[in-house]
Amino acid sequence: MTIEAPRRRVVATPQIGRSMRRVDADDKLQGVASYVGDMSVPRMLHGKVLRSPVPHARIVSIDTTGALEMPGVMAVLTGADLLDIDPYWGHAIKDRPIVAIDLVRFAGEPVAAVAAVDAAIAEAAVRQIVVEYEDLPVVGTIDEALAPDSPLVHDGELRAGLFHGLGTLPERDGNICYRYGIDRGQVDDVFAGAEIVVEGDYTFPGVYQYAMETHSVIAQWDADGITMWATCQHPFLVRAEIASLFDVPLGKVRVIVPYLGGGFGSKSYTKMEPITVALARKAGRPVKIVNAVSESMVTTRRHGARIHMRTAADSSGTLLARDVAIAFDTGAYADNGPRVTATGGDAAPGPYRWSAIRVDAQCVYTNTAPSGSYRAFGASHVQWAGEMQVDEVARRAGLDALEVRRRNLLRPGEQVRPGGKPLDADLIGDVERVAAALGWHDPKAPDIGRGLSVGLLAAGAHPVSSAVVRLEADGEAIVLVGSTEMGQGQRTAFAQIAAEVLGLAAERVRCIGTDTRFTPYDRSTGASRSTTLAGLAVQRAAQQVRTDLLDIAALVWPGRDEAIELIDGSARCGDDHQTYPELIARRFGLSGGQLIGEGGVHPEGSGSYAEGPVFWEVCIGGAEVALDRDTGALTVTRTATVADVGKAINPQLVERQDEGATMQGIGNAMFEEMVFSDGLLLNDDLLEYRIPSTLDLPARSSCVIVENGDGPGPFGAKGCGEGAFAGIIGALATAVADVGVPMHELPLTPERVWKRIQELTPPMDKEARR
Amino acid sequence: MRVSPVLNGQVTTLEIEPQDLLLDVLRDRLDLTGAKRSCDVQVCGTCTVLVDGLPVSACTYLAAEIDGREVLTIEGLRELPAFEAISDAFGRHAAVQCGFCTPAMVLTIHALLAAGDLTDATAIRQGLAGNLCRCTGYRAIVDAVVDLTADQSAPGESAGGELAAAGTG
Repeated sequence: MTIEAPRRRVVATPQIGRSMRRVDADDKLQGVASYVGDMSVPRMLHGKVLRSPVPHARIVSIDTTGALEMPGVMAVLTGADLLDIDPYWGHAIKDRPIVAIDLVRFAGEPVAAVAAVDAAIAEAAVRQIVVEYEDLPVVGTIDEALAPDSPLVHDGELRAGLFHGLGTLPERDGNICYRYGIDRGQVDDVFAGAEIVVEGDYTFPGVYQYAMETHSVIAQWDADGITMWATCQHPFLVRAEIASLFDVPLGKVRVIVPYLGGGFGSKSYTKMEPITVALARKAGRPVKIVNAVSESMVTTRRHGARIHMRTAADSSGTLLARDVAIAFDTGAYADNGPRVTATGGDAAPGPYRWSAIRVDAQCVYTNTAPSGSYRAFGASHVQWAGEMQVDEVARRAGLDALEVRRRNLLRPGEQVRPGGKPLDADLIGDVERVAAALGWHDPKAPDIGRGLSVGLLAAGAHPVSSAVVRLEADGEAIVLVGSTEMGQGQRTAFAQIAAEVLGLAAERVRCIGTDTRFTPYDRSTGASRSTTLAGLAVQRAAQQVRTDLLDIAALVWPGRDEAIELIDGSARCGDDHQTYPELIARRFGLSGGQLIGEGGVHPEGSGSYAEGPVFWEVCIGGAEVALDRDTGALTVTRTATVADVGKAINPQLVERQDEGATMQGIGNAMFEEMVFSDGLLLNDDLLEYRIPSTLDLPARSSCVIVENGDGPGPFGAKGCGEGAFAGIIGALATAVADVGVPMHELPLTPERVWKRIQELTPPMDKEARR
Repeated sequence: MRVSPVLNGQVTTLEIEPQDLLLDVLRDRLDLTGAKRSCDVQVCGTCTVLVDGLPVSACTYLAAEIDGREVLTIEGLRELPAFEAISDAFGRHAAVQCGFCTPAMVLTIHALLAAGDLTDATAIRQGLAGNLCRCTGYRAIVDAVVDLTADQSAPGESAGGELAAAGTG
């Protein structure tokens, strides 16, 4: 993916590398930025979902009479309303009914929905629906799901969804719905002959993404088809899934995405859209559904995972082989589990030079809330375990943890996994920068631990993006691109990219939200792809407008092509100049008209997952912790991350990505955990599920931006914002091991750490301490 | 029942039910949507508005209690001179990401600044602990507040201390 060299030097003031004020800062500070929950449409009703209280049961009967009799109730939706369509959806595996049909498979599964004139009536009406359940055996955990005699969560045939992107999906095997493997070299032989073998079991908990704005949708059916205002990161994939479910043409489904109140993966793919559209169809009026937090927690979450890992090395600390078995708890429906499983499988070896590798990653159904995407999925799950083993190899070989990485890390151009893109980053340089920022070699007290962690994340998802840039008659530009502004700052970045090409100040470029009827196709907003791929489409679209401007200018100054420059909204030729409005008026006669450019990115090979990724996102973190051995309480005193971004379009926004990822990493590693018991979520609100506050901010933290120009995106850029997440989790785990408490289960709560300290303390020492 | 608060500087009379929550009245009746709904249990702070100058969680605050009191939402604060400095500091530090928590965060900071409660780095962290933000990781927000307190105090008396000195580099 390259772009032709610009015909002329672009602008006097560079727009790339400039920490401009976010283009959406004022809207958001003043409270005028609109989110789906703030919106309403004429004749709109309010919807509320009845959710199953039990994790696995047969539905014997549903009586909606009481709800329908309530004044203000306009419609009640149940599975019986879906007999005219194939009501199963799921982008990876079509395993999920719009509302439960005959069975419920997790506590929280939608069983019915009410549309009423206001939200309070809808909520009251939901409580009047009487459902009789006949309990079925509950598959509550990965272990239960994989037991030979386990009940099956699903027993029908496995049907592939529209967007799994994983080649041919295998048949379901018991409760395993997808499997990803790597088998390279003579793994067993290498382990048999190795001088150092480290082996362990590790557990990663289920986690809630907590985008502060919950999943929200307004759906409307009219002569134009289906229109949705929806909190979605992937509006074009939602459009396709809704079109397929309700059997209408793509062009008659419209998804409008205003600002999102955070996403982090929780709003990727389809979520609450099918049930809202179905309820609007039943009611014959527009319907709005806004989840409560307790509902969003069971709409999607991060997979819990169980990992068994072995690492072999020689006595000098040279890594030889790794053997990993991972099981991901995808809950009752696959959601993005297959992709999480593949990405976790790719991340499991870690970015080292191995002579043999075996990975067996399984995606497992249980009767718990479905699991999908959350920032840095896969890498966050497994990197910490692998990095603890690398540290243990270093300890046994008598090497420093930084040194063992220097010796074993892949170098640029080396193969990361069999097939696919070779390494496109300088990992050794990156980890050395993080170590320096952390004060790696500084003296430290006995209860202080320091850790480093290095990994890679297959980033970019599928490389399909397009954009349109319009230069208006007043000389200001508009960027149309189907990528979602969810806080990361893509509207600002795209404005800067277009501005650089057009010879404009970025303040004169507007990037608006997605409306699938007008904005061109973009595959998705996730996998750190927007700046790289949608950004490249924006750059190419702007390049067409630039070419147009230069063509018009060439008519103004015939024969002087070489002397024409585009600077700050004007074409200049020597001392003469013409503003963009003057050039546009010259083309169109009077002052109307606009210059329109389009640009796109598409796969250059077959586009298969095996050929990917678009780039390898660097996942490096460093952390320092202080341990209180009497209580097990840990304090994160210092963190360091590296944003290896090729080229920072807006350096300040790059830093913010790493800072946000660092804090979420601290939450995931230190205290966030969804607690399930027999399939029931016990902590389904923010009173009992805590996320980081200002009190969890480390005293010191730093983000180093690395710009090697080695990204496939515009101006050599590549994405960021996820790597630090996995890096920090790994750094915290290795830091706690460094203080003498190797933990095999996250999160690192005081109770868990204290118990581990007791296990590791010889009985005599315990006596002495009393 | 009838309540008559001073809402964003205007005496306003409203007919409400005793059980109505302030957040519902603001968002659904008055179209003041700057206060957002999220956790519903007075933890996340994204529904924060000021009642008689103090931050409250409108999601658990009865509208019946605002009778005769001053209620300030972001729609009112943005018209006041004090807003500009906060807006500038947030813009300068890119302390805004998705924006969902931002109006509430701005209102809390305005209240704490007005009360003179942000005396040092610890006070800033404690003062903002009731306003969650999932995007920024807080450092930019704290840095913005450090700037604001430095503006307020004499030169050399920055409240930031180590936090300010240790910002991202």
